Amino acid sequence: MAVTRNTDAIAPVSTPGAFSIWLTRHASTALGALGRLSRQPLASLMIVLVIGVTLALPAAINVIVKNVQTVSGSWDNALDFSVYLKASVSVDEAESLAGIIGQRADVASVDLITADEALNEFKQQSGFGDALNQLGENPLPHALVVRPSPSNTSASMILLQEEIGNLPESDLVQVDTEWVQRFHAILDIVRQAIAIGSALLGLAIVVIIGNTIRLDIENRREEIEVTKLIGASNAFVRRPFLWTGFWYGLFGGSFALLLVYYGLFLLKGPVARLAGLYQGNITVATMGVAESTAIIGAAIFLGLFASWFTAARHMYRIEPR
Amino acid sequence: MIQLDNVTKRYPGGQEALSGLSLSVDKGEMVFVTGHSGAGKSTLLRLIALIERPTAGEVIVDNQNTRRVKRRKIPAYRRQIGMVFQDHKLLYDRPVFDNVALPLIIAGLSHRDAGRRVRAALDQLGLLNKEKQRPQTLSAGEQQRVGIARAIVTRPKLLIADEPTGNLDPDLSLEVMRIFRRFNEVGVTLLIASHDISLIDRLGCRRIALDGGKLQQEVEPWQ
Repeated sequence: MAVTRNTDAIAPVSTPGAFSIWLTRHASTALGALGRLSRQPLASLMIVLVIGVTLALPAAINVIVKNVQTVSGSWDNALDFSVYLKASVSVDEAESLAGIIGQRADVASVDLITADEALNEFKQQSGFGDALNQLGENPLPHALVVRPSPSNTSASMILLQEEIGNLPESDLVQVDTEWVQRFHAILDIVRQAIAIGSALLGLAIVVIIGNTIRLDIENRREEIEVTKLIGASNAFVRRPFLWTGFWYGLFGGSFALLLVYYGLFLLKGPVARLAGLYQGNITVATMGVAESTAIIGAAIFLGLFASWFTAARHMYRIEPR
Repeated sequence: MIQLDNVTKRYPGGQEALSGLSLSVDKGEMVFVTGHSGAGKSTLLRLIALIERPTAGEVIVDNQNTRRVKRRKIPAYRRQIGMVFQDHKLLYDRPVFDNVALPLIIAGLSHRDAGRRVRAALDQLGLLNKEKQRPQTLSAGEQQRVGIARAIVTRPKLLIADEPTGNLDPDLSLEVMRIFRRFNEVGVTLLIASHDISLIDRLGCRRIALDGGKLQQEVEPWQ
């Protein structure tokens, strides 16, 4: 009777491929770093909290600005300005002027309100119809209502108004809505401030993680020396610290997201009440998948960068004695 | 296996740990280096392990001139050599198994693949039932055996040991030396620094005596 044997038991150990080695090493190092963090839960939690709050701050302000923009975006027509033409300008001239201005890149549309249309409208809306009928001739000029294109900044808007005001045909440019422009200028400043603030906070995160990793390296100095003594490369010794930085980033970023989402959840009620008062249709814009991913991605990048930078600086100095 | 040509090691303070030392150890030999503390035993081993570089002279290990081993290549170089230390140099935050597996993990084996070789090494040193324990729960002799298991788990051709029995009582010392002897019998070259001359004499191996960084005498084996 033939006896089948399990040949696996005597097969030689297959030498793992380079990629498989790389993958296995990283997987086990990643888990090891995670385990190490979980063995000091309080310290790890503190770092995660700090990173979370630090990242949540600019993210939250960003969401607020975005919401304010959405609201103020509906004021776009408030940016329209009126150009009153000189009395000497005829309807045909006014029409061709409207065509010329309408072709400018910084102008979205131009409406011509002829003197007759304006008078009719005024008669209907003002209630002075009878009195106005007494007038022999129409005292109103032709007017253009210019809607600037949305790509304008507050500076280019002023330039546009000046240029149109300087045309020989125009008599007066009337901007009723300078406050909207000021408001947009303020939003511009806030956006800039967020960018600067985010950069500073990012630097703070790098410093915080870097310092934690540095302490970690000091605490494990002996281990690093022994590992190097039995043939570990700098890359091998550095790997667990990179993963520690990665986990800090991932958890910190996730916590930041959680904070922002919770904040938005808290705001939902009050905003709905406000919207009700204005009979408006205000909804709170939240963060999309792309933004959420960007925050976590940024956190992971900062964590990796901080740990890589710190480990690179300290690892080479630690040699077996 | 090991060849030193006129090797001098001077430390920044100006003190000379080795002066013009020449010696050689053949493949498959088991050789002891003896001498008082400060005679240069440790420095000799540190030069072989590339923890230090010689001030002058050549150190050739397994046909490689250590002078030509670049800093970047030192880890790969060290992986060819098994090292045993007087203070064991174990990692006390992980169990015996992980300590012994470390050289294999560094070499790129997965935990599972390393397992078989780790158990074989532990078995050779009679530590199979201790693999889950932490080193600090073991006796000094057991800890030293863990250190030896870690040194031989990669099956190196050369094993160097610095005072491996320095902290052990005579019975344990003899046991450790017998373990070394067994490795030597299967072809491993050993260079062991020790001051325990009576123990060495019982083993009957070649003995190189250092004094003040110089060769004092060579005692040939009586076998």
